[in-house]
Amino acid sequence: MTTVDLGMPGTRIAYGSGNLYEETPFPEHARAELKNTQMRANIGHATHTIRGKRARVVGELPDWQDLRDAGSAIKQEVGARLPELLEQFEANVTARGGVVHWARDAAEANRIVTDLVRAKGVEEVIKVKSMATQEIGLNEHLEGQGIKAHETDLAELIVQLGEDKPSHILVPAIHKNRDEIREIFSRRMPGTGKELTNEPAVLAEAARSYLREKFLDTTVAISGANFGIAETGTLTVVESEGNGRMCLTLPKTLITVMGVEKLLPRFSDLEVFTQLLPRSSTGERMNPYTSMWTGVTEGDGPEEFHLILLDNGRSAVLGDPAGRSALHCIRCSACLNVCPVYEHAGGHAYGSTYPGPIGAILSPQLTGVAAEQNNSLPYASSLCGRCYEVCPVKIDIPSILVHLRDEDIRTKHGQRDQAATQQRSTVIEARQAEAEAAGVTPEPAGHPAEAKKKKVPSEMDLLMKAAGTVMSSGTRMGLAERALPLGRGALKPFGGAKWLPGMVGGWTQERDIPVPPNQSFRNWWKNNGENTQQRVAEDLGDTQLAVSAGGEVPASSLAGEIHQHAAWGAEAQAVAKLRAERDQAEGATTKDSPATSTGEREGEQNA
Amino acid sequence: MSQSEAKATILSRINYALRDQPVAPQTPRAYRRSSSLGHAEVVDMLEDRLVDYKANVYREDASSLPGRIAELLADSVTILPDGLDSSWLPEGLSTVRDHNDDGAPLGARELDALGAVLTSSTVSCAETGTIFLNGAADEGRRALSLVPDHHVCVVPLDTVVELIPEAFERMDHQRPITMISGPSATSDIELERVEGVHGPRRLDVILFG
Ligand code: SF4
Repeated sequence: MTTVDLGMPGTRIAYGSGNLYEETPFPEHARAELKNTQMRANIGHATHTIRGKRARVVGELPDWQDLRDAGSAIKQEVGARLPELLEQFEANVTARGGVVHWARDAAEANRIVTDLVRAKGVEEVIKVKSMATQEIGLNEHLEGQGIKAHETDLAELIVQLGEDKPSHILVPAIHKNRDEIREIFSRRMPGTGKELTNEPAVLAEAARSYLREKFLDTTVAISGANFGIAETGTLTVVESEGNGRMCLTLPKTLITVMGVEKLLPRFSDLEVFTQLLPRSSTGERMNPYTSMWTGVTEGDGPEEFHLILLDNGRSAVLGDPAGRSALHCIRCSACLNVCPVYEHAGGHAYGSTYPGPIGAILSPQLTGVAAEQNNSLPYASSLCGRCYEVCPVKIDIPSILVHLRDEDIRTKHGQRDQAATQQRSTVIEARQAEAEAAGVTPEPAGHPAEAKKKKVPSEMDLLMKAAGTVMSSGTRMGLAERALPLGRGALKPFGGAKWLPGMVGGWTQERDIPVPPNQSFRNWWKNNGENTQQRVAEDLGDTQLAVSAGGEVPASSLAGEIHQHAAWGAEAQAVAKLRAERDQAEGATTKDSPATSTGEREGEQNA
Repeated sequence: MSQSEAKATILSRINYALRDQPVAPQTPRAYRRSSSLGHAEVVDMLEDRLVDYKANVYREDASSLPGRIAELLADSVTILPDGLDSSWLPEGLSTVRDHNDDGAPLGARELDALGAVLTSSTVSCAETGTIFLNGAADEGRRALSLVPDHHVCVVPLDTVVELIPEAFERMDHQRPITMISGPSATSDIELERVEGVHGPRRLDVILFG
C-alpha cells in the first residue's frame, strides 16, 4: 500500500493493494487475447445476448430514467455523508448482534478473515461470488494459510477449478465454452465420471452434487455484499443459483467483506436498487434470489456474523471530486457488455479485478494514477459514450476517463518526481499550487530536475494546453493520437519529455523509452495488434488528419468493426466538439471540462 | 487496539477526502411508487411473470386449495413451518415439522433428505414476478424453503402488489428477507439458461383467494 503524507498529522491518502494491478500492460495482454478467437467469439456472443436482454427489460419500465436519477442521487448522498453513515451502520449491525471490523487495506482484511476462520478451527470455507474478496486476493491468501476456500457460484467454480481468472463481472467464465468446462470438471471435480457430457444442464447438475456436500457440512461461509443499509444494519446479496442463500443460511459463522462505498442510507432505497441492478445486469426483470439479513436472527441462519468494512483505496477515490463517482458503481456489468474495447480485448486484458469501462476508471483511481501498472487503463476506451448511457447510476465514465488521462499527463508532465511523493495530493491542491506557481513563482533554483521542467519550451506548453481541448472530445483524441509520430519527432531534441506518452501512449507502456511510443491505441487496433511502423509513417504523411470514426477501414475486418462501434458514438462526439468550440469562443477554459454535458450526450444518442 | 485504530484511520481518510464538503442532493423520487392498475390486472401480471420464470402457477380458493396441495405433494415427504394455516392441509399428506424428538430444529442433512416444503408468503410483486418471504411463522426459517428440491408456495391474493416499492413497504427488516423470482437458475455456461442449480429446482405457486 502506498501512503502519502500530506503534512497533516494522521491524515494520509492511501491507495489500494491486492488484485488491482495489471500484471501485463493492457496492450500486450490485449494483443495476446486478440489471437484467442474462441474467447472472442464467446465474449461477443455473451455481450450481445445480454445487451439485447437488457434493452428489452429496461424498455419495459416507463420510469427507468427516474430510477437512474434516484440511484445516482442516493449514491451521491452516500459519498457526501459517508463518515456519518458508516458510524450509523456499524451501530445498527452491532446492536443486532453482528461484529464489525475495519480494514484499511487488502492485507488487513485478509488477516482479519484468516484470524476469524482460525478461531473456528476449520480448514475449509465456502464462498459466495464477491468482487471485494477477489480484489483483496482472499482465496490465495487463505490458501497460503492452509485454508481452502471453495467458490460456490458455478462460473467462479469453473474459474477456480481451471486455475483461471474471471473475465467478466457477471459471468466470470464466459471465456470458456462447454467443452472446455467439461474437460475442467472431469479433470478436477471429484466424483465425475464418463456420464459427464458437455450439456450445460449436465454440467450444472455435476456442480450441484459436488457443492451440495460442501453446503451441508461447511460451518464457515464468506460473502460480499451488494448493499448495506445504514439506517437498519441490513445487508443484501443478489444472486441466481441459490449458492448465495446456502452460504448465508446454513453455516454457523458468516463473514462478510464489504467495501465502504456499498452503503445506502435508507431501507427504502432498496426499492430503487433492486430494480436497477437485475435489469442492468442479467437483463432479467428480477434475479432469482435476493437475500437480506440484519445481524443475527435467533433460530434462523448463522449464529455468528462478522462484517469487515474495507477501505483499500476507496477513500483515495473519494478524494477526487472529478473521479469519485466511480464509487457509485453497483457492479452490474452493463458497461462491459456495450464496450467495443472490452468485447474485443476480453476481461483479462484489464488485469485488475474490475474489467471493462468501470475497471478503466476504478482501478487506476484505487491504486493512484501514478501507479505505472495501471496508467494505461484510462486509454483503454474509444470514448464512444455507450457505457454512460447504460449505467444504471449514471456514472459519466467517458468524462472520468478524460479526466484521468489528464491526470496521467500531469503526473508525467515534469511533475513526476513531485508526484511520486505527493501523488495527486489531491487534485485540488495540485492544481491550485500549479496555478499559483505559473503566475508568481520565480524560476526554481538548485534542483536540476526542477529547473529542467521549467525550461520546457513554450511550444510544449502550447501543446499541453491544446491537449486539454483535444481530450475533451473523442474525435480530437483520435486526431491527436494520429498526430503522435509528429510529436515523437518533435520531442527528440529535448531528450525525451515524459508527458506525451501519458497523453497518447500510455497504452504502449513504454515507460523506459524516453520518447513517446511510435504507435497509438487506435492505430494499434487498426492493425489488429500488429506493430506497423509503416502505418504510422503513413499517418505521419496525413497531417490534415481528416479522420472520421467509421468508413476508412473495411467493415469486414476486426478493425473495421471497432470503427463501426466507434461511429456509434459519433453523434456524441460531434456534440462534444461543438460544445468545446462554443466554450472556446466564449473564452471559457475547456481544459477541465468533461466531454459533454450529460444531458447533451444522452439527448443526442436517443435522437 | 488496532481495530479502533483502523476505524479511526479510515474515517479520517474519508473526512479528509470530503474536505471540499460536497452537498448531499435530495433524492428525486419521480419513479412509480403506487400502482394505477386494478387488482385483477395485477394478479394476471404476476401469473404471467411467474410462468415466464418457469414456475408452475395455479389458482385456487379455500375449497380447492387442499386438493391442489394434495396433488402437488403426493409423492413427497413435505416439511411444514409451524405457523402454517392447518385449514390448507389435505388429509393424508406425508409431512414433518421443523423439530426433532428433542425439540431441536432439523439439521441440514435431515432437510436434504426431504422432498418438498410448503410455505405461505408475505407479499408478491407482479411487475417483477417476485415472491417475498419475511421469516413469518407460516414461512419458516430460511433453510426450509431452500434445501428441499421442491417448493410449493401459497400466495394469498391480498398480498399481491404491482410494484417493488409497494412490496418493500410491507417488509420487516428485523427479520430475514428472501426474494424469490422463479426457480434457481444459471446462465454461466455459454449463457444457456439451466433452471435449477442449488435452490429448489421446482417452484409451484398457488395464487390463493
Ligand atoms: S459503472 Fe455503471 S454500468 Fe458499469 S458496472 Fe458499474 S454500475 Fe454497471
